[in-house]
Amino acid sequence: MKINLPPYAGPAQWLWYFGFRGFCIMVLIFLMLPLLIIIPLSFTSTPYFVFTHKMLTLDPAGYSLRWYHHLFTDPSWMHAIRNSFIIAPIATLIATILGTLAALGLSRSHMPLKQFISSLLILPMVVPLIITATAVFFYFSSLHLVNTYIGIIIVHSILGIPFVVITVTATLAGFDYQLVRASQSMGASPWYTFFKVTMPLVMPGIISGALFAFMTSFDEVVVVMFLAGPEQRTLPLQMWVNLRYNINPTILAIATLIILLSVVMLLTLELLRRRNARMRGLE
Amino acid sequence: MAATSPETLTLEGGADLKRALRRTERRRRLGAFSLTVPLLLFVLVFFFLPLFKMFWLSIANPTIPEYMPHTVQALRDWSPSTPVPEAAYKAVAEDLKHARADHTFGRIAKRLNEEQPGSFTLINKTAMRISRVDHGPWKAALIKIDKAWGEKPIWRLLKRQSAPFTADFYLASLDMKYNQQGQIVQKPVYDRVYVPLFIRTFWMSAVITLLTVLLGYPLAYWLTALPDRTSNLLMICVLLPFWTSLLVRTTSWIVLLQGHGVINNVLVWAHIIGDQHRLKLIYNQFGTIVAMTQVLLPFMILPLYSVMRGISPSYLRAGISLGAHPARAFWKIYMPLTLPGIGAGGLLVFILSIGYYITPELVGGQSGQFISNMIVYNVQQSLNWGLAAALGTLLTGAALVFYLIYNRLVGAGKVSLG
Repeated sequence: MKINLPPYAGPAQWLWYFGFRGFCIMVLIFLMLPLLIIIPLSFTSTPYFVFTHKMLTLDPAGYSLRWYHHLFTDPSWMHAIRNSFIIAPIATLIATILGTLAALGLSRSHMPLKQFISSLLILPMVVPLIITATAVFFYFSSLHLVNTYIGIIIVHSILGIPFVVITVTATLAGFDYQLVRASQSMGASPWYTFFKVTMPLVMPGIISGALFAFMTSFDEVVVVMFLAGPEQRTLPLQMWVNLRYNINPTILAIATLIILLSVVMLLTLELLRRRNARMRGLE
Repeated sequence: MAATSPETLTLEGGADLKRALRRTERRRRLGAFSLTVPLLLFVLVFFFLPLFKMFWLSIANPTIPEYMPHTVQALRDWSPSTPVPEAAYKAVAEDLKHARADHTFGRIAKRLNEEQPGSFTLINKTAMRISRVDHGPWKAALIKIDKAWGEKPIWRLLKRQSAPFTADFYLASLDMKYNQQGQIVQKPVYDRVYVPLFIRTFWMSAVITLLTVLLGYPLAYWLTALPDRTSNLLMICVLLPFWTSLLVRTTSWIVLLQGHGVINNVLVWAHIIGDQHRLKLIYNQFGTIVAMTQVLLPFMILPLYSVMRGISPSYLRAGISLGAHPARAFWKIYMPLTLPGIGAGGLLVFILSIGYYITPELVGGQSGQFISNMIVYNVQQSLNWGLAAALGTLLTGAALVFYLIYNRLVGAGKVSLG
């Protein structure tokens, strides 16, 4: 970054220039600090959550893969990881299919009650999670859906739906229906048009909605806390239990891996955004 | 005679064109609507019905009508200013004998005790002993078991609990109760739990929202002013935390803020504080506010950034070229244009934060708890589902009010997701 000040700038301008940038950089550090701390600390060789003297002097003895090893050998952690990778993809699939269909309907100009219905579909995001969890717990306890995988999957799909509806509707908002007409005028069947013209253009929206839905389920702990028995314990719930009852740095190891997963997701989203912009000729 | 009228066009087969068009239009509307039907049904059954059931639980009061039907019947025409009739004593004796035989008297005792402490012992004791009495007069028999049956409060309570619906849970949520005379009064100060907690939830959320504006606004402005390459790079610092698990970030704040955590250790190492005087940064309000501000900051920055990107810098330049001081031009021209962004981000952060549970529970200690922590306590520990449902309904109502404002301001579904 080069300094972008006119040569005649007075001390007040200098102070403002650096003060403002300094403040912004502090805010960025504040945002990133928790992530930056956790990664090195996950390689600690002690069972404590502190940077030991050995770690600070970069002594190799201060570092180890002990907690990663523990993570991958401990049956309860492995069970939780497996559960999360069962529940999140299924919930994502349900949310994506239902959400995409609804968004296709909502973006048609003939859709009745458009505003009202889209506000209804956004509500699961607005109602506090704790309320959703409580309400569903009351409701499911009479349907015998507490302590089942299916109960958790249903609620996680509900939580993911608003994201899919929002992203797909946004993608469709810029969609040029002339393309559909062009395709049909040249003799393509509606299905062929859908899969060859509509889908590729809407796909980035669907995928980013699905990613949001996946992360929502993958990160969700409140609903799971109410609905899961020991059998259904997911990764966030296992982390929660670890934090509450037997805290040890294994949680830092899994946290680092989750940060890595977030980086991958973020890169995917960015690539999608660029592809989307390119296809519409915006770049 | 429509076909012959000159204003009406007819199709080849003689069909009315207007009607045909209307039919097509209707079919299209139906087609669009039918795409949303599966999702609407799914959300209705698994989201709105549960919410409705929660609301139902907050007003339903089935215990006494179900387990003490005779008492309900006998007290129907009784008014608290008149003496309790012998028929009511007989009904209570009968109902409690049944309840003892069916093992349901525990539920009666629990429900009455929620409203009037001490009733638990009274009901249990009476249910045990009345079974051994097989003939009246019942009034004397009941009073012999416990003097309370000779006094008004328990009868007033039974009468009140005879109704199938109740406002009791809402009264309890607002720290009110019935006194011995059956009037609604505020609980004594030392006994108030929920109103102070609601107030705390709202003001802490307001503080967090304000902090996110103060920290997010300059950063969002800077990001829009920077060249695209740099701003995209710095945007990662905003988006990555946004995408990282809430539990991971909360864990990290524990590592940073605890007594022997990173921040205290750095301060001690730099001799700013002594080893004996480590700062208490966590398990209090401070911890909750710091952690939640960091967690929710991206929700402020992203809408602000998208609004600011749409504002042309030439407005500001025009203001300055016309002689305004840069600060004045900023305040009078740029700031008002960003108000929709501040409103959207602020409402989003506020709505999210009044319902937070995980972060206050983990880093809040006693003084940093939110109303949601009490909802969980009532569901899982004190098992008072009616009270939990009433608190939940009130919180949902608050969130919905702010959502309606948000809708007015931003429009439904126009939530920016980065």
